[in-house]
Amino acid sequence: MTLLELQRRMARAIMRPLTGADRIAPNTDARYIKPNDRLNASERLEIYSRSYWFRVLDSLYDDFPGLRAVLGQRAFHQLSRAYLADCPSRSFTLRNLGSRLADWLQRHPEYAGRRSALAIDMVRLEWAHIEAFDDAAAKVLGPEDLLELGPGFRAGLQPYIRLLDLEYAVDDLRIQVNRASDERGVASNAALKQRHREVTRRVSRSKPKRIFLAVHRRNYMVYYRRIEAEEYRLLGALRDGLPIGKAIRYAFESSSASTDEQRSKLETWFAAWAELGWLCPLKSRRVTQ
Amino acid sequence: MPANRFNAFTDYGIGIGLRIPHYKHIFDKKPVVDWFEIISENYMVDGGRPLATLDRILERYRVVQHGVSMYFGSTEPLNKDHLRRLGALVKRTRTPWLSDHLCWGSVDGTYSHDLLPMPYTFEAAKITARKVREARDFLEVPIAVENVSSYAEFHMSEMTEWEFLNEVVERADCGILLDVNNIYVSSRNHDFDPYEYLNSVPVERVAQIHIAGHSKFQKYILDTHDHPVIDPVWKMYEHAICRIGPTATLLEWDDRIPSFDEVHVEALKAEKYIHAPALVTL
Repeated sequence: MTLLELQRRMARAIMRPLTGADRIAPNTDARYIKPNDRLNASERLEIYSRSYWFRVLDSLYDDFPGLRAVLGQRAFHQLSRAYLADCPSRSFTLRNLGSRLADWLQRHPEYAGRRSALAIDMVRLEWAHIEAFDDAAAKVLGPEDLLELGPGFRAGLQPYIRLLDLEYAVDDLRIQVNRASDERGVASNAALKQRHREVTRRVSRSKPKRIFLAVHRRNYMVYYRRIEAEEYRLLGALRDGLPIGKAIRYAFESSSASTDEQRSKLETWFAAWAELGWLCPLKSRRVTQ
Repeated sequence: MPANRFNAFTDYGIGIGLRIPHYKHIFDKKPVVDWFEIISENYMVDGGRPLATLDRILERYRVVQHGVSMYFGSTEPLNKDHLRRLGALVKRTRTPWLSDHLCWGSVDGTYSHDLLPMPYTFEAAKITARKVREARDFLEVPIAVENVSSYAEFHMSEMTEWEFLNEVVERADCGILLDVNNIYVSSRNHDFDPYEYLNSVPVERVAQIHIAGHSKFQKYILDTHDHPVIDPVWKMYEHAICRIGPTATLLEWDDRIPSFDEVHVEALKAEKYIHAPALVTL
């Protein structure tokens, strides 16, 4: 047997889903492993299989607390096992383990039952949170850069910002989950149970309510900022490289806002973006008129 | 004076692993620590708090990088994105050497995120050594490979673990991160004499030593890094230092992490042994 053959066989065996009792699946191929006087080959392999599954399950558990709140612990666990069986890690870092979860859940809504739309929105928010936390930041456009601001000017959006168009207001729910989690260790059991009940109640009462969100960071903290539909379109168009004039026209093309209202909104948005440092030079595209 | 050509860092003394629960203490109290070992992968990101925190640490402390996912023993080529990110981090930290494990963990682009044991074959040694050399040439920093704890052995093995370690480091011409706790754990799991292992390690290649605690189960021992170092491991450490001479030493504590002071006090127990003169003259 070559090294590659061994590694393929062992990886396949380790990554086979465990049984309900967290044991290695019966008949898992372990013939290449030597037994000793205490453990047979399968038992030795099981140490690695359990270690693999506990590690990747823990990683998803930590990364998606909002999804856990939406689904409940048991359904979350079942979903995690199914997702990881279909989409094992393709990255050297566990940080990226959940990168395909939103797409996968769209193809497998049965794992979220009647809350699938809410669950998918929560996953999109939580993955955006992970990316916003440690993605790159570019030099912020300063006043000197904005001197040439005009319809043909192109500005980029900070690489760490994620723009989301969501069916549910999952931002509030996730903040509530965070708060409950932060209180663990300092609050009484009664207070924690109360927090848990509040989260459960909010999940069960969640009704569709379309929101637009910019997931961004400031002082290394991730924030969720609700934005208007036109603002969402404008930021997206800027990120795509449209010059400001075209981006503004695109943002308002189906808007009912009057010209004065549009001007007022633009002033407000650009002031906020400048304060938050959201705009940066558009480096990846050549400016052509 | 350097103990050997891979151990030019005898002044590094005793370090501890940089862990998130200790950040606040470190920034508030600014404790005197010889050096911190970081898990490279925790900082191989493009921005945000991880890198900002690391930069603050680098202002005050020496940092050495330790990786967990290079997988020198995997048959697939080194991951280019991984190497590029690692290279950027090496420039940032100016790590004097870089370590990762003598193991495999990925195949056909799928990652286990575990330190899987090697079959001790000449084919495996050749592949592993080639990848160590490629990484060193790309990163332009000395590399030390760490022996892992293991819970399984393979029918196809052609040599002992320590013979395999020697085969790899000779072929790669690289250093060794000698984990004495891992030797202890594996010796108990596979019924070999840990001192036979220690005595076969080429002292001229040992760049760094790891010590740690582990968990004992009924039928095997697990390398959990969640306990103090046990006496038999300290004895092995003493023996290793006597052979190698003063060597940068690091205490690993990764789970159920106690206060910074507790971890530091545990690490500093190594002071009792670290300055022992080497018995082996190079």
